[in-house]
Order: sequence, then C-alpha cells, then structure tokens
Amino acid sequence: MAAHTTSLAEDPAELSGATAVVEPHPDLELVERAKAGDTAAFEQLVRQYDRQIYRTALHITQNREDAEDITQDVFFKAFQKLDQFQGNSKFSTWLVRIAVNESLMRLRKRKTSKTVSMDQDVQTDEGSIPRDFAEWRPNPEQIYSQGELGDILRKTIAGLPPGFRTVFTLRDIENLSTEETAEALGLSVPAVKSRLLRARLQLRERLSRYFRKANEGSK
Amino acid sequence: MNCTDFLAKLTDFFDGQIEPDLLAEVKEHLGTCHHCEVVVNTTRKTIDIYRDQQTYEFSESLRSRLHSAIMARCSQSKEAADAKARLHEELVRDPRSH
Repeated sequence: MAAHTTSLAEDPAELSGATAVVEPHPDLELVERAKAGDTAAFEQLVRQYDRQIYRTALHITQNREDAEDITQDVFFKAFQKLDQFQGNSKFSTWLVRIAVNESLMRLRKRKTSKTVSMDQDVQTDEGSIPRDFAEWRPNPEQIYSQGELGDILRKTIAGLPPGFRTVFTLRDIENLSTEETAEALGLSVPAVKSRLLRARLQLRERLSRYFRKANEGSK
Repeated sequence: MNCTDFLAKLTDFFDGQIEPDLLAEVKEHLGTCHHCEVVVNTTRKTIDIYRDQQTYEFSESLRSRLHSAIMARCSQSKEAADAKARLHEELVRDPRSH
C-alpha cells in the first residue's frame, strides 16, 4: 500500500451501501454553527475531542512536545478546512484522520532518512504466534504501583511498529469501531483486523515478559 | 478447530463479530486447549489494562494551555479572513478608493 495520504477530503466510498436513515450526530449542529462563524461552537468541539486527539498523537509520536504541537495543528487545520467537512463521517473520525496524518508526518521528519507510513515494519512476524502461555496471577495492578505500571505500558506500546501502535490506539484505547479505524487510517477493514490481531498479540507477548517475571519473583 | 484456526478468529471473537456456529466451535476449542485459553485471558487483560489505565495524563493545565493556543490561532485567522472580506467588499463598492 502507498504511504498514507494527507488529503482532508472525505472519501465518497464511505457512503456506499449506507441506506438506513440515521439521526444526525449532535456534533453536526456545532460544526454548522462553527462554519457560520460561531467560535464558541468550535471551542465546544475542541473541548470534546482535545484529549482524544492529544492521546492519539502522543501514542503515535511517543513525544509530548510533538503531541502538543499536533493537537494545536489538528484543530487549527480543522477550523480552516471546516467547509470541507460535509458530515458524511463523524466529525471525531475526521479529526482523528487529520491527527494520524500529522503524526506520521512528524515521525517522517524525525527519521529524515526513512519513510514512515502505516506500513512500516508491519511485515514482521514477531508476536504473531503466541509463545508465552503463563497466566498473569496476581493481576499486574496488584503487583505494580500506578506509576510503575504506567511506565511498563508506555515502554511496551512504544516498542510496537507505528502501523500496529496506531491501529491498537484507535481501536482499543480510543474505542473507535473497526470501520471508523479503517476510515481514519485509509485502510480496508480486513487490513485493520489483521493489524489489530498482531498488535494485540505482540503487546500481550511483551507484557507477559514483565508480568510472568513479576509472578515468578513473587513466589 | 485447531489453534491456528482459532487464532485467525481471535479478533472477531473479541469484538463479538463471530457467527453463532463458529462461536460454538471457538468455545469448544477453548474448553480443550489450555494454551489458547491463556492467550485469550491475557490478551483480554492486555486490552483492558490499556483501556483502563490513563497511559498518558491530560492535565487541566495542559488542556488550558492548548485551548488558549488553538483559539488564539483560530481568532487571528478569522480576523485576517474578515479583514480580507471587508477589503474585497470595499473594492467592489468603490474601486477608486484604493
């Protein structure tokens, strides 16, 4: 697949097969008001999605300063391009799509000699076949303090290739549906499912190394 | 169903998007394969632990800083666009005044 596109235009294919009449999403009214120049309406949208956009950017870039800059850029870009948003997808998915594009661009800039795309390193077989079959007992929350656990989780997800990290973040942390994740990343649904499986298994495998060790140590 | 078949269905199983007859096969396999049972339990725990933990905090001070910066940039851009529109209007009304 080609590197992810930076277009903000919505994909008309998103509508294919959609025949059911659905209630308009409450964001649409805010977007319409913002388009008409109501900055308070836009500010409300910022408040609703700032956390999601910041965390998505931070998960992909693994850099707090970049994530702050990207969050600003995403909302500013959205403000400038509001007319391009036609309401064919959720406003939040549109924002996430911009955030993913901006985050991947940052990664590309950081690694000047390498291309970074949703496809980077996803060909790896690592973790696609489970090897660790030890249960986590007691639960990691009972072994580690919040701070220690947070460090382990950050370190572990940072080790995933960007293509897997991004799919896991959107689907499992930010709770987007498989279809929304596919739309935000410009991937097919089967591609999202395949990457999600491997991301979940790789994370499980890596966390198992910590938690099995902790269990053995606590015996 | 063997372990490889089971693994291929794992995402659909977690996401509750599995056909009823396949679900019965998956459950049957889980009842007899301890390794796959451990994989399911620890993968589910992996998802839950990331979902429940605030891996990255988003403090009120950070939110406030971001809001100020975002809204300042938006206001500047809106003012510039408004000024441009006013200038355009004036030019249309009286091209000799500029």
